[in-house]
Amino acid sequence: MTTTFLVTSSLVKVLVILLITVGGFAPIIIWAERRQSAMIQDRLGPSRAAIVLPASAVTFIDRARLPMWRLAALTGIVAIVALVTLTFVAIKGSNPLPISTSSLTASLIAFGVASVVLRAGYAVHSMIVRNGGKIMLIGLLHPVADALKFIFKEDFVPPKGDKLLFSAGPIIALIPAIAAFAVIPFASSLHWDYLDQVLPRTGEIAGLVVPLQVASLNVGILFIFAIASTGIIGAAISGYASDNKFSLLGGIRAASQMVSYEVVLGLTLVPAFMVYASLRLEDMTMWQHDHVWGIFVPPLTLAAVTFLVAAIAETKRVPFDLPEGESELVGGYLTEYSGMKFGMFFMGEFVEVVSLAAIASVIFFGGWDVPFLYRDGFEFALPFVAGSYSVPLVHWLVVAIQFVAFLLKVIALIWFQLMIRWSLPRFRYDQLMSLCWKGMLPLSLLNILVVGALILSGWLDGWVAFFEKLF
Amino acid sequence: MAVEVKVIKKPGRTLAEQAYVPEIAKGLGFAMGRFFKNTFGPQAKKEIDTVKYPEEKVEYPERFRGIHRLTQRTDGSPRCVACLCCSTACPAQCIHIEPAEYEPDDPRYGYERYPSVFVIDELRCIFCGYCVEACPCDAIRMDTGMHMPPSTSRDHFIYDKETLLSIPGRDGTYLTANPRHEPGDDTHPGVDRDRGH
Repeated sequence: MTTTFLVTSSLVKVLVILLITVGGFAPIIIWAERRQSAMIQDRLGPSRAAIVLPASAVTFIDRARLPMWRLAALTGIVAIVALVTLTFVAIKGSNPLPISTSSLTASLIAFGVASVVLRAGYAVHSMIVRNGGKIMLIGLLHPVADALKFIFKEDFVPPKGDKLLFSAGPIIALIPAIAAFAVIPFASSLHWDYLDQVLPRTGEIAGLVVPLQVASLNVGILFIFAIASTGIIGAAISGYASDNKFSLLGGIRAASQMVSYEVVLGLTLVPAFMVYASLRLEDMTMWQHDHVWGIFVPPLTLAAVTFLVAAIAETKRVPFDLPEGESELVGGYLTEYSGMKFGMFFMGEFVEVVSLAAIASVIFFGGWDVPFLYRDGFEFALPFVAGSYSVPLVHWLVVAIQFVAFLLKVIALIWFQLMIRWSLPRFRYDQLMSLCWKGMLPLSLLNILVVGALILSGWLDGWVAFFEKLF
Repeated sequence: MAVEVKVIKKPGRTLAEQAYVPEIAKGLGFAMGRFFKNTFGPQAKKEIDTVKYPEEKVEYPERFRGIHRLTQRTDGSPRCVACLCCSTACPAQCIHIEPAEYEPDDPRYGYERYPSVFVIDELRCIFCGYCVEACPCDAIRMDTGMHMPPSTSRDHFIYDKETLLSIPGRDGTYLTANPRHEPGDDTHPGVDRDRGH
């Protein structure tokens, strides 16, 4: 039974990750990047893609609007009456009315929800009518339109290019980006047998445990490095296979840039391993859950900044998008690609953005950790003040909150990356390389040295203990 | 004579600018401020210039030269006296007028003519406004504030007299602000048949 359960749960986890990355985040980032850049530049950005409803449907919606509004008002009044009655009952302490308190509560919830839903429906219907029967969804349909366009476009392969490698390139670029998610924990372990109970804060718990992570590898972060360096092959191969000098140059640039920054990327994270004393990402999150977020440990703050820089260079996005460098190389290794193959490169880039945000949030921003949230619920306490206020929560709710917190951290980091993408100008190639080899490599080596010294001298433990006392 | 040389210092970079990081922070801050103001800020403070065209439309400026109209007299007939000034002035030669005489019992007979045919080919027109400048009677105006309604047929762009007369000005009137003094009116400034010299 447990085997089938483990297989099923793993499949579910993989599906959830695919849904979040490829199905959810990637299209939304594609939309957000264009929309956000537009907002920075005082434009509206993509907001015109629409599903056009037939005229009869619009007439129907227009007619349904007013009854909907009336129903919303009516249910709202009933809900308010129920609320007032409930307050009255609560103040009086007893219920002299012929209706029971529980049915009052039920009607308050039912009618309140109905009112809100109907009011929202009225707003949506009004918007559709105002737009002349077009459902636009603030431009979220643009990625859908893009995907449709990509699928139906001509799938061009350069006649003298290498057909196999040309087709393999985008796949090799996309798959590692998604595969990196395999080791990322997106919430603490799920104790399957005690979902609706409040668990004790500490101690081992017997029964079935589902780690919310596809694969709990003891090489953890090294797996991510290994997978990420596979992405180089995708870019290099597609540059070579395109039979185009610009593509080749772009591929070479991509390969050399990614190889260089791979080194820095690894070295910036070494201080994190030293502090957390583990390579497993779930252990790292656990350490941060028990002690303090990595970003608040001084040497790791520097590591976080250098990691972000190196990782943005690794994803080949602005300000390090020299492999694409459209002013010099047309489109770099993407030049010859069209249709869904180009779409896969595009998708891969955005999934890389997501996975980078996820890795950064796990290693430096506490992953699924929420301040004041423990396994048995919230406990708020002020520093240097005795006493605390605790809210016990059932297990599934705790895990859900952790999952949402992790998603929010990832979204915030993605937003920051998009912000960087629209604020900074592109580097020159020699600047890129000297930043890597002369700037960040010595800096990260020095950081390793400093962290080692701090750990050996015991200063780091003192800092962490001080911080723990603070929270 | 000695040449005076004014030495201008080459603009250098400060250490903060050279360090790159503070400048990055500044740039990010600026972009973020802009983003938050335009995305989540109060409506009045947003500076978005985009117009969602079919749903929202920009009001044309007051002196925008739209499609032509022929102004009317108070009795509904065109003010045009078929002097051919506009068609002469037209650099695109898009105005075609065929003048005609009034009937002998008409009070205007002998004073002025009227256009029996007045056609403007709006596809040829370059909207220079010379016809409006040339008109001595304020009979042709471009104050409609409308651009050409699109169509798939060229015939739809050949505007005849009735069409031109049926287009109101931006203020909704078919007349003009300038009063017209018909022959026979007391206010008519010129010599006429009854008053003589």
